[in-house]
Order: sequence, then structure tokens, then C-alpha cells
Amino acid sequence: MSVDTSKVADSNSGSPATAKKQGKAGVVANWADERLGLATLAKKNLRKVFPDHWSFMLGEIALWSFVVLLLSGVFLTLWYTPSMGEVQYQGSYNPLRGVEMSEAMASTLNLSFDVRGGLLMRQTHHWAATLFIASMMIHLLRVYFTGAFRKPRELNWVIGCLLLLLGTLEGFTGYSLPDDLLSGTGIRAADGFMKSMPVVGTYMSFFLFGGEFPGESIIPRLYTVHVLLIPGILLALIAAHMLLLVYHKHTQWPGPGRTEENVVGFPMLPVYAAKAGGFFFIVFGVTTLMGGLMTINPVWKFGPYDPTKVTAGSQPDWYMGWPDGALRIMPGWESHFLGVTLSWNVFLPIIVLPGLMFTILLLLPFIEAWISGDKRNHHLLERPRNAPTRTAVMVALMTFYGLMWAAGGNDIIAIKLHLSINQITYFMRGAVFIGPIIAFIITRRWCISLQRHDEEKLLHGYETGIIMRSAEGGYSERHLPISETSAYTLTARDRDEVYTPGGGTDANGLEERGGRLDGLRGRLSTLMYADNIQPVTAEEIAAAHRHADDEHVLQSPVDGEAADGHQFDGHHSVEGENLRGDH
Amino acid sequence: MSDAHDDKTPVARTGDVSGNATGNLPAIPDPGLPPHQWRPTDVDERLAKRAERQVAAMFMLSSVFVLLFMVSYFALKIGDNQTTFAGFGASNIALGSTLGVALLLIGVGIIQWARKLMGDHEIVEMRHPARSSDEDREGTLEALNLGLEESGIGRRPLVRNSLLGAVGLLGLPAVVMLRDLGPLPGDKLYSTVWKPRMRVVRDVIGTPINVADIEIGDLVNAQPEIIFAVDEEGEHILEGVELQVAKSKAAIIVLRMDPSDITVAKGRENWSIDGIVCYSKICTHVGCPISLNERKTHHLLCPCHQSTFDLADSGKVVFGPAARSLPQLPLMVDEEGFLMAQSDFTEPVGPSFWERG
Repeated sequence: MSVDTSKVADSNSGSPATAKKQGKAGVVANWADERLGLATLAKKNLRKVFPDHWSFMLGEIALWSFVVLLLSGVFLTLWYTPSMGEVQYQGSYNPLRGVEMSEAMASTLNLSFDVRGGLLMRQTHHWAATLFIASMMIHLLRVYFTGAFRKPRELNWVIGCLLLLLGTLEGFTGYSLPDDLLSGTGIRAADGFMKSMPVVGTYMSFFLFGGEFPGESIIPRLYTVHVLLIPGILLALIAAHMLLLVYHKHTQWPGPGRTEENVVGFPMLPVYAAKAGGFFFIVFGVTTLMGGLMTINPVWKFGPYDPTKVTAGSQPDWYMGWPDGALRIMPGWESHFLGVTLSWNVFLPIIVLPGLMFTILLLLPFIEAWISGDKRNHHLLERPRNAPTRTAVMVALMTFYGLMWAAGGNDIIAIKLHLSINQITYFMRGAVFIGPIIAFIITRRWCISLQRHDEEKLLHGYETGIIMRSAEGGYSERHLPISETSAYTLTARDRDEVYTPGGGTDANGLEERGGRLDGLRGRLSTLMYADNIQPVTAEEIAAAHRHADDEHVLQSPVDGEAADGHQFDGHHSVEGENLRGDH
Repeated sequence: MSDAHDDKTPVARTGDVSGNATGNLPAIPDPGLPPHQWRPTDVDERLAKRAERQVAAMFMLSSVFVLLFMVSYFALKIGDNQTTFAGFGASNIALGSTLGVALLLIGVGIIQWARKLMGDHEIVEMRHPARSSDEDREGTLEALNLGLEESGIGRRPLVRNSLLGAVGLLGLPAVVMLRDLGPLPGDKLYSTVWKPRMRVVRDVIGTPINVADIEIGDLVNAQPEIIFAVDEEGEHILEGVELQVAKSKAAIIVLRMDPSDITVAKGRENWSIDGIVCYSKICTHVGCPISLNERKTHHLLCPCHQSTFDLADSGKVVFGPAARSLPQLPLMVDEEGFLMAQSDFTEPVGPSFWERG
């Protein structure tokens, strides 16, 4: 039986796709869309709006340095040999020729001295890694200080924290790979860290090293973790981070026309795509310049790893410095009970403390949300001063981190500043506890002072720097109102609410059942919000204006008489202004 | 996502609790988006042309640097005898700066293009709540319940529970298969390669140490003889991993001090020879080799975390995070006057571990 094909459509879409003649691009787009249906997605996203602010670029540095890491890392894998097999180095670096070393070390030297551009890529890779972690940290601080972690972005905060943790581990596994004396010392210490763990420690060490330290398995195993396991997870998490960013739409600073309901900025195509794409080349260019001009990790100077040798001033990469500092200032406590040993001096600072700090970091958004009870979405950023306690908490954590980090360089500080290492260590033991408390108090009061300053500007104007002398001989400074834009921006923030335990009623008018932590929540809420300066109300502004008018009446007899000079305050053009104006 | 009970605060909120924050109280009305400001390049065609030339020049200059990169790649030698420039390898510095500048020029060019020539009208997009609509939620719940209902997972607990058990048990192979990552510790950490009457030799050249050669104040990094020993065919007895493991536990330091300075611990009266003492070189903190000796005080400092041990007093910790004394190796002298070990260490060397006791 024959089928009449003349009436069968040559396309299964509603209308034939060849309605009119298309350009080449159109043909390709049509081909792709008929199979992928991309137009629906692209229509929504091609002109997606991204707000503009310099601080939104920090995360972008992290993203692009990760791409640089992928590119330079692939290059390195082509020559690097992840093996601890012993070979005699015969490459072109004279001082080490004939020395027995692992293949890992020999291939790293080969990359540095016998592959053109190899040293450049090694150094670019290492610089990009430090930049990756540094920019993630600063991005995290930006997100925290501006309140960008609040609903609906808590999960993206969690993903970001995981990225920071994995990035740090990725860095450690990466700089351990050359198997040089410095990194080998780091692995030796890591073996000690593992052995400090109760019950499982010794087994973990034997399983990881494939036997007793140093074994011959650790380098190949770290290599797999470094080039496959962690980068895979990092890629997936970065993708999730970006997707959530697109879905939530970026936060923005408050300002005229910028509300919780909208997002104001430049469209993805062309401006944002161009800026972000151009910025990739800038990050790549800067890291390449660093790789070419700044030496990092010169493993040939350290020599191959030998478990009986060490250099003075051994330091990990900077991001591993703070737990190392904790390790250095920890008193030598160890318990022996029931036939076992628990090394508090290692277990607490290097296993428990980083885990604890990371948990605190993860929970910060949830703790704040619990205290405030705020379930609303927040898309407008807050200035750090407008959340004094939040800002103070992070500054306290930063102080803790910074002091620990400095303690990690106690030997360098002692040598460079001619101080006693013992005294530095004793000082740090106290400072890591007292420092954050002092930082917390100062930051919180400082923020509140800045809030007062904002209120002052709103109600009484800005300081012109012009000193007026009244007829009676008294002096006062002239204040002028700030612009409407600035005034609106300063008032565009939420009013804080202090939670009173047990005093509320729920939606059904029933008395709230105060939980066990209710009182704690009330106290924390008081700490967080009670002392804050609230945004000015319309009445306060009106009152301030009446006050200003009164002042004006008092001053009016002298207006036009004396030189008020505010024309010359730098905010106005002075052309055509009289010194004895009619103001 | 119930929002009904969220608001425990006594002060009524100004906005819809489940929606977006209101942003501000209307103390000052929103003046709205400021009018667009034209850039010089928008209104002056000459300036626009100039910006266009700037951007194109940067792109073209970038190509010049790529060519320079190619020239550097093929022209400059590498290796140890590389031509150096201000202490850097000429090849590395040339490749890095040409490639870096080429990349930077593209980046700066694109951004200049975006800032000067691309449309700079800010546009406004409305936000939508992250949550799905109530309709979608109900639909999802319905579909989910229907699916679960049709699967019978709730009605047939035997199927459900046995499946959960079976899948859960699959975790066992995943864990067990990691077993061969390494051998069990056994008692490996309790002993080193030191044996009674094994000679103490210098750690680089492997020569034995004569008591007469060590002056007061001398510190010698040493190893057991077996590290350097060869068999009849001239092959090293310890090689590869075995050698590394042996070295990392057996390394010692030998120090001679005035015998009157030494506080001899009970039971260690005959462990030293005329003021020559011998201790493990491996720090009891996390295992770094220790080698910074303060000659006057007989203190030994670990460069990793600054634990300090007093070698005149049984290697006790005098400062830093280490908790245990350095293990001491009992010494004796053979007939020719060379240092030997009386026995292995009497305790495990290196960092503490749980089973250590």
C-alpha cells in the first residue's frame, strides 16, 4: 500500500520553519532551537538585569580565578608525575642534579626548568589559587556585612561556605604535590594531626598513607583528590551558586527607584556580559603577570622531601596559617586514661577548632534569622553600620582569625621584630580571647556612632565647614540640608524590632508558648537591636525643619549683613556670588 | 513554609510578612530613578569615534603582545643556565609579561567598549518571590500524593522496609572496599629499626661516630647504621618506602655537654657516655624533625611549632605545644670507641596516638 506523502508536513512544528529566507545566524539559531528550545530560556535571560557596584565584583574574581586554575592546572597535569618512586634527578637544574628524589619532585623540577612556559603556568596556578581563596573570603565578608545572606539567600551562603572549605582543602592538596621539603613537612604534620584523633586516628593515618608515614601512596592519592574529586565538587557547587544567583536575582543597594520589588541595573547583553567577560581577561592577565614576575613556591630551593630534615621558618600557605597559629599557642595538654592517649594539644586546635569555626560560619544566617524572627525576603542591602551587632560579630571573628594567623607566624615576628617568641606566644594565648571581645565592643559602638552621624545629617544637614559669628560674638557652624537623593537613601532601611519573650500572640490571638530558649532569644534580640538608631520618621524631619526655621528667624537679622560665605563651601559654583549675599 | 506563626515580635510589621521587606518607612518619599545622564560619547560623535579607536587599538596591541610571546617562546632558552634578568629567568619573565599584557589589553578593551560605547541605560526588572505559587504547590503535592498512593509505599510497609534495609546495607561494601587502603597499624608505631649494639652513624655520610671526636657543645644529626648498610652484593638493605619509614622514625641527635649540667633521671644513669646524650629527632608534637639547638641552655627548638625540649633534663618540654619529652636512646661505646645503641627506644617516637597509652 502506497502512502501519499504530498500532504504530510515536512516539519512537526505547528508551522513550517522555512516561512521566510533567513541569514546564516538565523539558520543556526533555528536549527538549535528546534532541538533545544533555547529561545524560551534565552528570551528571559539575555536582558536580565544585574545591578552595578564595585563590591559585587569580588565574587567574580573568585569565579574567574577558578577558571584560570582549571586552564593552568590542565597544562600542569601534562608533565607532572604523581609518583613517589625514587629517581635520580638529571634535569638542567645544576644544584640538584644527581640527587635522589621522588618522581613527583623530579617532574616538578622538569616543569620548572625544562618545559617552556612550565614555570609560568606553575606560578600562575599557585598565584591564582591564593587569589581564589582570598577573593572567596573577601566576597564572604561583603555578603555578610551587607546582609546579603538573608532570606531567600541562606542556602547560597551555605554553598559559598562549602566552596571556601573545599577551596582551602584543594589548596592544601595542591601545594603538597611537588613533594618538596616544605610541603613534605606539611604532610608530616598532617599525619600528626590525624593521629591525634581519638579511636580512629591511627587507622586513618595508616589508611591514608597506605601504611606507616611516609609510605608511597600519599602523593598519588592527593593527586586524585586534587585533580578529580574536589574540582568536580567545586564545579558542581559553583554551578549551583550561579544558578541560585540568577534565580534570586542579585541584591542591590537602596536608593531612589531601587526597592525590594525591583532590580535596577544593566542588562546581561550587552553591558554586563561585556564587563564580566572583559573582567575574566583582566583576572587571567593579572595572574599571568604575577606568574611571570613574582616567584612563588620555589621548590628547587627547598630540595626534595627527607623525613629527617626541616627548614626554619616553615610556614603553610597563608590560608592554612590560622589553624597552624592555634596549634602553636596551644598549651601542651595531653591526657592518659584507661590505657589510651588523648592529645588535646593537637586535637583541639587543628581538628575541633576549624570544624567549630566552620559550623559557626554556616549557622550565622540561621542564628540571626532566629533572633530577629524575620521571615521576609530581603533584596536591599544593609550598610554595615545599620546592623551594628552583626558587623561587630564578624569583626570579632576576623580579629580572632587575624590573631590566630599572626600566631602562625610567631617565629617570623620574633625574628623580624627582635621579640621573644615565648612572650609572643604567651601574649597570643590571651589575645585570641580578649581581642575579639574588644573588637566586638568597639565595632558595635562605632557603628552606632555612625548611625547617629547619619541621623544628624538627615535632621540637621551636613557640616559646611563655615563658621558663623553671631552679633553677640558666639560662633556656630552652618549646616545645610543634604540632597533629596542622599536623604532618601539614608532613610531607606528597615526599622529594627526588639523581641520580647512571651509577650506576643500568634496569628490566632493565642498566647505564644515561650520555648526554653525564648529568654535567650529575647536577650540576644536586645543586644542586637535595642541600642540601634532607628531611621528617622517624617515627624522627626518635620520637627527638625521647624527647629531650623526658628534658628533661621533668630539668624535673620544678620543675614545679608555678615558674610555667611556658604557659597564658597565647595558645593556650589562661586561665579556671580556676592560675599555679602542676600541669604 | 508556613508564615502564619513567624511574627513573634510585639510590634506589628509594616509589610506583608511573607513577602518582601518593605525597605523603608516613608519618612521621605522615593524620588524615583534619577534621569539618565548622557555620556560625552553619546552626544559627541568625535568622542565616540575616539573611544572606538582606543578600544580597537587595545585589541590590536594585544595581538602584538601575542606575537612577542611567540618570539620569546622560541628565542629564549630555558634551563638552569638561563639568561637572567633582574634575577628572574628571562624566558619566564618574557612569557609572563607578554601573555599577561595581551590578556589585560583584551580585558581592558572590552570594558572600555562597555563603558563608553554600549548603551548605558539602566533598566528595571521586577522581582518575583522565590517561592512557587500556591497553585503550583497544591499541584505538586497532589501529584506527589497520587504517585505515592499508586506506588503503594505507604500500604505495603514490608516492601518499603525491606527496600530501605537493602539499600542501606549497600553502604557496607562502599566502606569495606576502602579497607585495603592500608595495613592495620599493629604494633608498628611502637618500635624503630634501632637494635642493641647498632652503631650510631652521621646522617649524611653514614660514618660511625667516635666518642673522642665529639667536643662539648657539638651536636650531630645521626641515623642507625642500617640506613646505610649494604648486603654482600652491594645492594642497600633498606630501600624505597622501607628506608623512608625507617629514617622518619629512627633519626636522632647526639649532643655532648658538660656531664655536670645533666640532670640524670632515675633509671637512665648509664644512658649517656661522658656527657654524650642521644634523643629522637622527631618532635613529640606532630612529628617535625627538630634541629635548632641553643648551645648554652641545651634547649632544642622545633622549627614547625616552636616546642622546646631540655636535653640536659631527659628531653623535657620547657616551652611550646608539645606534651611529651623527647624519647632518649640509651648509648654505649664499643671496643673501638664508637657510639652504639644499648637498645631500641623505650617508648614510641613521634606524635602521640590514641592507642599509645
